[in-house]
Amino acid sequence: MIEAHSKRQKILEYTVLLILTIFILIPFILGFWTSFLPTADISKGALWSSHLSLDNYVAAITQTPIIRYLFNSLVVSILTMLAQLLFCSMSAYAFVFLKFKGRDGLFYLVLATMMLPFEAEVIPNFATVRSLNLLNHYAVMVVPFLTSAFGIFMLRQAFLQIPTEVKEAADVEGLSHWQFYARVVLPYSRISLLTLAAYSFLASWNQYLWPMLTTFSDNFRPVQDGLRQLQSQETFNNWGMIQASAAIVVIPTLLVLFIGQHYFKSGLNEGAVK
Amino acid sequence: MSIELQKIAKSYADNLVLQDISVQIQTGEFFAIVGPSGCGKSTLLRMIAGLIPISAGILKIDNQVVNQLPPQQRKLTMVFQNYALFPFLNVHDNVGFGLKARKLAPVKVEKRVKEALELVNLSEFAARKPRELSGGQRQRVALARAIASDAKICLMDEPLSNLDAQLRGKMRSEIRELQQRLGLTLIYVTHDQIEAMTMADRIMVLNDQQIQQVGTPTEIYQRPQNAFVAGFFGTPRINLLPVQHAVAKQLVVDESLTVNLNQPLPAGKYYLGIRPNDLRADFASEKTNAALRNLEYLGTQSVIHAELDNGQLVRVTVDGKLTAGINQRLLVTAEQNFIVFNEQQQAVLFAERGKQIGTTSNQQLQEA
Repeated sequence: MIEAHSKRQKILEYTVLLILTIFILIPFILGFWTSFLPTADISKGALWSSHLSLDNYVAAITQTPIIRYLFNSLVVSILTMLAQLLFCSMSAYAFVFLKFKGRDGLFYLVLATMMLPFEAEVIPNFATVRSLNLLNHYAVMVVPFLTSAFGIFMLRQAFLQIPTEVKEAADVEGLSHWQFYARVVLPYSRISLLTLAAYSFLASWNQYLWPMLTTFSDNFRPVQDGLRQLQSQETFNNWGMIQASAAIVVIPTLLVLFIGQHYFKSGLNEGAVK
Repeated sequence: MSIELQKIAKSYADNLVLQDISVQIQTGEFFAIVGPSGCGKSTLLRMIAGLIPISAGILKIDNQVVNQLPPQQRKLTMVFQNYALFPFLNVHDNVGFGLKARKLAPVKVEKRVKEALELVNLSEFAARKPRELSGGQRQRVALARAIASDAKICLMDEPLSNLDAQLRGKMRSEIRELQQRLGLTLIYVTHDQIEAMTMADRIMVLNDQQIQQVGTPTEIYQRPQNAFVAGFFGTPRINLLPVQHAVAKQLVVDESLTVNLNQPLPAGKYYLGIRPNDLRADFASEKTNAALRNLEYLGTQSVIHAELDNGQLVRVTVDGKLTAGINQRLLVTAEQNFIVFNEQQQAVLFAERGKQIGTTSNQQLQEA
């Protein structure tokens, strides 16, 4: 009786999950599929063609600056990621292991900045970077994102998990704050650091609004804006090629998630304390 | 290296945690600090280590005032209850971590780590991560880390509380042996009176923010200065019975449960402290003064919980072969080994096999 019930419930659950999965995957699969079709067939609205080929990919790479866009994005994303790892972990360290007046107040102030949507900061930020003469340069896409309230918050929570005895043991061994930070705190929290790295890389990779406002040439334009550029540049929209470009752009995202997933195993910190 | 505490106190805001802690710890001494949870014993240890500031008083290590020195300059090591190992380093690197941080030559680090691991029998586990070790092995890594640092003072904060009873017994003798072999001055914090009794040269009993007594295990057990110390040491717990009345040279708990004094005590309220093995239970007697409430079988002996007719509960140890039913009547009488406490629960008289000694420190203790 109970078994029959739980079986029925399982079937129900999986049906719902399956439907949701299909909803999410269909646009993705469709996009990927159309990247193999000739544009002539796509324009006709056909989903099947006898001319499946990689021609669109060849065209994307040879006829458009997609490689340049990818390179730009890679530079910006890696710089942003490294900067965030460094500055967020240092701020989080201060919020956890240093005792100073107004520490908690300052932390709440940092948290409060998370409440502001980025769109609200666009205009003041734009004015700032313009007066700094940073427009249309890699710096304009990196400098405003050197640190993030979310990253500080996330790493602070991770650092709080470090047992006080570990800090005390380090004190007895005579470790300075820098030594403790570099040799204990960072390796202890490497899972959180990897998570933040993946998150900040992807966030930067997927930036659209800010680069659109601040970059004007293909030399610095990142992929998401480059994709948009492909569409309007052509006199007629080569949809097959655009799809192929989109597919190329997604690859790094998938790579980051795939590699990241391998590390996000729990239990790596077992054995520090009982 | 000796350690001297002079009127050490600790307070958080207006909250006094410890006061008036004075003691001299000798070089090479195994010194245990014992007390119930929250008595401030770990706080005291952390003050000695320099991990938390001392509110008042003077701390001397090797005759030098070290109140203001950071932990690493006090030349000591510490072993924690939960080991505090670095999970991302293997055993070898955990032990050598502090040495490397202090920029010791790699050859020296290697040598010390190797020796320390040998001392705790962990040489073959050098490449393992802490998570691949058992609790006892993890604690031995922590010990090795302390040994490798070569400091002559070692502080231990309940290092065995996370281990099971059997392993604890084994580690007790290992730690004691290491301490003697290396000539360490060891301050050992524990809430376990058996650990303190079996390992320590001297014991400091803490309660109520202050020292209750400092002495060798024998002194603490046989000459407890107050009822708290008497109750904290010894299992089963000492019986603390209010004396109904004192007639001349006799203290009466009830009609049959009495003890004799060599000299009369001044009038007042007294408590009679008698260890359960100094009470006798007689189930055959016609005259009875108590009823059996519970019997705990421990193997060679059993502990009887009996209720005297005046409502007092007493614990008596009896032979393990004894069988008796709940509510069975018995006669409880006392041997002539006992301690008398006054109204403030300070010891005023120790009696052993007819020999009776009054306390002199009594007056002084009352003032504190």
